[in-house]
Amino acid sequence: MRLRALLAIAGLAAASLAAAPARAERLIVSVSNHRVTVTPNYSGGELVLFGSVEKDDKTPPSRANYDLVVTVSGPRADMVTRRKERKFGIWINTDSRQFLQVPGYLALFSNRPFDQIASPEVQRRQQLGLNNVLLMQRVGPDFADVVPNDPFRSAFVRLRSEHGLYREATSAVTFLTPTLFRTGIPLPAEVPIGTYNVEIKLFSEGALVTKTETAFEIVKVGFEQFVATTARQNGLVYGLVTAFMALMTGWMASIVFRKD
Amino acid sequence: MQLYLPIADIPVNVFLILAMGAAVGFVSGMFGIGGGFLMTPLLIFVGIAPAVAVASVASHIAASSFSGAISYWRRRAIDPLLAAVLLVGGTLGTTFGVWTFTFLRSLGQLDLMIALSYVILLTTVGGLMFWEGLRAMLRSRGGGAVTLRKPGSHGWIHGLPLKLRFKRSKIYLSVIPVVVIGLIIGFIGAVMGIGGGFILVPLMIYVLRVPTSTVIGTSMVLTLVTMVFATMLHAVTNHLVDAVLALILMIGGVTGAQFGARAGQKIRGEHLRLLLGLLVLAVGIRFAVELVIRPQDLFSIRETGGAPP
Repeated sequence: MRLRALLAIAGLAAASLAAAPARAERLIVSVSNHRVTVTPNYSGGELVLFGSVEKDDKTPPSRANYDLVVTVSGPRADMVTRRKERKFGIWINTDSRQFLQVPGYLALFSNRPFDQIASPEVQRRQQLGLNNVLLMQRVGPDFADVVPNDPFRSAFVRLRSEHGLYREATSAVTFLTPTLFRTGIPLPAEVPIGTYNVEIKLFSEGALVTKTETAFEIVKVGFEQFVATTARQNGLVYGLVTAFMALMTGWMASIVFRKD
Repeated sequence: MQLYLPIADIPVNVFLILAMGAAVGFVSGMFGIGGGFLMTPLLIFVGIAPAVAVASVASHIAASSFSGAISYWRRRAIDPLLAAVLLVGGTLGTTFGVWTFTFLRSLGQLDLMIALSYVILLTTVGGLMFWEGLRAMLRSRGGGAVTLRKPGSHGWIHGLPLKLRFKRSKIYLSVIPVVVIGLIIGFIGAVMGIGGGFILVPLMIYVLRVPTSTVIGTSMVLTLVTMVFATMLHAVTNHLVDAVLALILMIGGVTGAQFGARAGQKIRGEHLRLLLGLLVLAVGIRFAVELVIRPQDLFSIRETGGAPP
């Protein structure tokens, strides 16, 4: 974290040396809730991210139109995408591709289509859109991302999108005034538990002006957390209690239903 | 009513799970089977991860077979000695099965192996039971006496040494085939993640010639012990038993099992076997169709590792 902050400062310093007037804006953002708690009746929800673009005296007066891209990425995990093929008359998994430390939830929001915000080169470098986000894969002996229309990559993105876990919306960011913006972050019921990073990038005339980060977390509380941690930390006790619960339930049922 | 499951990490409709538990419980009480081969696919269909489904179903089966076993015990329909001898083989088989499971997983294609063994086992067992039930029904309709135990037709199994008198079942039998059958059930159960009752029942009827009256209760005792053992094993090694999901399933399951057990006592033996045969066959065919028909989506995703180290 500190290293990343240092790098950011170094980058900022380098950038300001190279093009001092380009760093004239500041982004101030906040999410409606930094801690989403999962309770027994949790069934998904929506967060709101809002913020404003702060100009200062270095801002070129001609600059009026801003573009904004918000990237939300959830806790990372390794995943495998498998492809079925017909062999000996039955469909079996043959090929597979390993995705390394890819986000469990990934959402990209902007105020207009990415190709109108920046050139393809900038889109690729700034990872704008699901097609441009880096999804590290094990390809043979190498670790790399592949072209967006690769069958495994596109199937992976498609399957995640079908569950609402990967999404892209190019009209989700609304500018309330030329400098004040908001966007919703929809969370489906099956979102992974953990820390979510939100990266907000401000563009103007096809170039990145500035960016900032914030985060929120999704946590289990109360009974849910108690059950989950007990299962993980005291497996034997948990198993004994569950088995005892099973026997008690069975025994009680036979008492309740004893009529004859 | 939606409820969030703490281990499965998804919200489910409580009434849907209750109904599924009750339906499977009814079937399990009626035929004296655990019902794992029905419950696990149903849970996966609802969206619960296969590993969590298998682990939680084990405790559900334990509950419904316990309540079933109690009511069979009251009707004196359990042979304790037979159950004990079966358990000796069952424990050995389970240990051996867990070892094989780990080995198969290291080879890859475990899913395919499980699907294939489901197809082969369920269609064979189901088909045989259905055919036998049909023949018995036709025979009884034709006026002939229905006898499962043909007196005098003692096979080689009855010539084996180490004979024991199983009083409750009124059979005099060598312990060797009983232990072997327990071993097979324990092995299959651990590898395929099922209780194995639907294989045990016909094996006891056709191979050991145990009378139908004690078969179901005795098989329930074996299911009960193996499933309690499996719950413990899953909880300690994988931490994947969802107690909340299990409790909902249990409540539905034990209720269903009570009614199922009553219904089972009213139906004649050969009809019961015909029905169970049909059910097992249907599930087997469903798995076979899934393997043969082009899947809707050729791709699938599975999580392999958790958070970064």
